[in-house]
Amino acid sequence: MRGKMWADSIRVDFSEASSRGLLRSKHLVNGVRLLLVLLALSCFVPRLIAKEAEPLSTDPEVEKRLNRLSQELRCLVCQNETLADSRADLAEDLRREIRAQIRAGKSDKEIIDFLTQRYGEFVLYRPVVGPRTYLLWFGPFVLLLAGLTILFRYVKTRRELISDAPLTQDEQRAVEELLGSKSGKETT
Amino acid sequence: MVRYLIPLVLFIVLVVFLAIGLGKDPHEVPSPLINKAAPDFNLPQLREPSKTFSAADMRGKVWLLNVWASWCVTCADEHPLLVGYARSGALPIYGLNWKDRREDALSWLSQNGDPYVLSVSDLDGRVAIDYGVYGAPETYLIDQNGVIRFKQIGPVTQDVWNKQILPLAQELNRQGSK
Repeated sequence: MRGKMWADSIRVDFSEASSRGLLRSKHLVNGVRLLLVLLALSCFVPRLIAKEAEPLSTDPEVEKRLNRLSQELRCLVCQNETLADSRADLAEDLRREIRAQIRAGKSDKEIIDFLTQRYGEFVLYRPVVGPRTYLLWFGPFVLLLAGLTILFRYVKTRRELISDAPLTQDEQRAVEELLGSKSGKETT
Repeated sequence: MVRYLIPLVLFIVLVVFLAIGLGKDPHEVPSPLINKAAPDFNLPQLREPSKTFSAADMRGKVWLLNVWASWCVTCADEHPLLVGYARSGALPIYGLNWKDRREDALSWLSQNGDPYVLSVSDLDGRVAIDYGVYGAPETYLIDQNGVIRFKQIGPVTQDVWNKQILPLAQELNRQGSK
């Protein structure tokens, strides 16, 4: 729904130009001249035409910080995109806000706090480690440990179950007899 | 017997978790602003841009702040209900016209009816950021002390109005009149 706004801003109204009769012979020269002027102008102001290309800050340091910060933040409209990747209008607003705050000399923490105060921890792509998120952060490792423990205990009991009982005397004798007779055969 | 039941129990637990997960709307992000002071603003009024309106002007009143825009499709769905509720006089509804064009907003209101005591224009969306708005419509119930007591993300429905907004507003008004 937010897409409508930029679609509007890049829409070009051709009907107006043709209804003024740009192509009528009388006006042809003027029309061509106008087109040339417009073309020449467009070289100087490309950003005025395409709204999508957000004007970058003149300060590359600011842009670098903005980029790093917005990689860590979630766009709330398209929730699986970072603020850096999102084309949503709100993401643009938030980037502009972050840029302004960077220029105002705010620290990264202050900026992140500013956003979490308004949008909640959900804006953080990397959830904070706290009592509320222990399960989230450490749950998988707990499950892994539990799984490993169960596996080891299972293997251990299995091993005990199938461990060989020592041979009885009769069995021992039978084994020796067989082995002895076998080796005897082979030597002959 | 028991050892055969264990996988079944685990499976049922998993299914329950998934069912709960499926029933939730991932787009509804709980606002951290509930029970916090509503951020103040001072914005030009939509109908008379020379005049401003500030959230502080509403101290002592229970009121609704509805975020809307003419480009917002869901707002049009919600709108007839708001017009009706405004007519009932239960509580004053103010509008925050979000990232809109003034002429679009005005013609939208004249087409769909105007439930708002007044609307303010937040053209660049700066105040909306303070309120943690991430889509329209959103509606805030603000009490006499300027504290946000309830936030509806998405359209206000009859259900939300009857079961949540109205009872809470009446309760707040009762407390306030004591």
